[in-house]
Amino acid sequence: MFRPVPRASGYFRTGYGQDLALVQTRAERIGLAIFVVILAGFPFVASPFALDLACQVFLASVGALSLMLLTGYAGQISLGHAGLIAAGAFTTGILAREIHAPFWITLPASAVTGIVLGFVFGLPSLRLRGLYLAVSTLALHFVVIYLGGEYETKRGFSTGILVEPPSLAGFKLSGGRFWYFVLLAAAALSLLICINLLRSRSGRAFRAVHARETVAEALGISIASTKLLAFVISSAMTSVAGCLFAYYRGFVSVEAFDLFLSIQYVAMIIIGGMGSLLGALLGAAFVTLFPYAIEALLHLLPNADKLAGDIFAVNYASFGVVMILFLVFEPLGLVGIWHRLQNYFLLWPFKYRPLAGARK
Amino acid sequence: MQLAVNIVVLASIYALIACGYVLIYRVSRVLNLAHGELMMLGAYMVLATASLFNGHPVIALAAAILLSLLVGVLVYVFLMRKMTGEMVLAAILTTVALGILIRGLVVLIWSAQQQYPAQALGVPNPSLVLFGGARVSMWSAVLVGTTVIVYAALFAFLRFGRWGMRMRAAGQNPLLAAQRGINLHGVYALAWSLSTLTGALAGILMALDSGVTGGMPVIGLKAFPAALVGGLDSLVGALAGSLIIAAAEVLLIYYVDPLLSDVVPFLVLIAMLIVRPWGLFGTREELDRV
Repeated sequence: MFRPVPRASGYFRTGYGQDLALVQTRAERIGLAIFVVILAGFPFVASPFALDLACQVFLASVGALSLMLLTGYAGQISLGHAGLIAAGAFTTGILAREIHAPFWITLPASAVTGIVLGFVFGLPSLRLRGLYLAVSTLALHFVVIYLGGEYETKRGFSTGILVEPPSLAGFKLSGGRFWYFVLLAAAALSLLICINLLRSRSGRAFRAVHARETVAEALGISIASTKLLAFVISSAMTSVAGCLFAYYRGFVSVEAFDLFLSIQYVAMIIIGGMGSLLGALLGAAFVTLFPYAIEALLHLLPNADKLAGDIFAVNYASFGVVMILFLVFEPLGLVGIWHRLQNYFLLWPFKYRPLAGARK
Repeated sequence: MQLAVNIVVLASIYALIACGYVLIYRVSRVLNLAHGELMMLGAYMVLATASLFNGHPVIALAAAILLSLLVGVLVYVFLMRKMTGEMVLAAILTTVALGILIRGLVVLIWSAQQQYPAQALGVPNPSLVLFGGARVSMWSAVLVGTTVIVYAALFAFLRFGRWGMRMRAAGQNPLLAAQRGINLHGVYALAWSLSTLTGALAGILMALDSGVTGGMPVIGLKAFPAALVGGLDSLVGALAGSLIIAAAEVLLIYYVDPLLSDVVPFLVLIAMLIVRPWGLFGTREELDRV
């Protein structure tokens, strides 16, 4: 197990407030400030395409963070994440279409759908573990997608539901920069929720259930309610991401939420690194940007035009290869690489951390 | 009558695919979610061998089947062998990733359009009229026959064969089996090759019947509930599960709604997971071992 490297050179906290602070040292504060400035300035220099990419990364981050909460921390495998995103998107789409609900109704409604579905998805986890649980979430994914498809065909939107951009006091809220900040805020908020949840009693209960259920129960943790809570929180966050997805795209269709999307989300937390929120963010960025990187690489090749028709297949194949490479050679994911890099510079010129208890 | 014939044909498709899931799971506790893709690969192999052995359909089919056997061994040796003893999720995801890779490669090599290996081989597909006026295409009938033969052979092999016994032993307790001198990697490789072989048989016969597209793995995924409903470690269960799933699917499509087709197997699966998660014929302790 990897222990994070301490940033401060010692333990200097003198009050509870300092202990709770998320940002501890001056270097961290400065780093964070620079990062925030870069993020805030990005939409004013970036091209619309880069802006769209950033928005997609933020959207994926919300989903990846919530899946990390569920799988990486609470240890409950879910292969039905796309179903939850679809549920949020469809709740928004249907409400906006049928009763012209404004976004301050659809957003909470999506969250409620997520809570209910999270409860349903979580129920099998009370009896099933590991593989069987994964399969039950997979099955529920198909059920949700079927319900969405049924709605589309029965109501005559067989190609998909158009969603009007949200409006506030008569102003249409749209445009790349606007969405960039909305999605950035959503991603940042999810990150904050996750960080703080994991430091609380529930978060510690998640980890305890993950590590060993019997011991967790002996410690007075209710296994059933902890698992259900993990599912409910995770799917509520995911559904909200689905709602934002519906508004951002302006279009909802079941084709967008196939099994491959679920697998992409699982790939995000695997490639990013299990059991790390930073991993979820890195994985979300990696998986989202990967197809565009491949496309850019293909364009560098000679006779790129010939390959244009095969880009989709090349993407698919190389995504499979990358996933296999990470699973086989780097199970700790991008975070593992990052930590190794950090350690390299921390310990330089030495190679290994001194053994605990070794004489100075 | 036609409904009954449809159920039998669909059940034998599912059964032929499901035994691949069961074989691998029973021996190595790995769920192979790339089974549908391996099946599709088998079907495309026929296209390749058909152009290679032009005019000799039997040789082409045999070559395709042998190739898929080889693919199974290669998958184990180069990929799954490294995942032995890893987390359940990691092993499942490796197979998922393999499936994605195969899908991409298949589209790259053979394009995404629907193709007809039967035409490439030059074999006909006449429609046979059974008693009661029910119709069934020739290759569907062959598929039903193949399923019967494959299951009979697998039962005999696992019951009486030397390697079959080794496979059962490895499935029951890998550590003890290894202590008795059973080559675990050999057994696992054999399970993978047999599983790929049966999957490819299903893929080839379905492709001969109605052509092959990149969408074939969906059928493979739908056969998975059949394996689980019967019990993931039981061949009898796979047969029973396939019959239940096929009957439910055909009847619901006919009487309720054709859109249900893709979701029925999974609805049955959820019901089964709630009532009896280890399946009809599975071993109960399985659940705690995963």
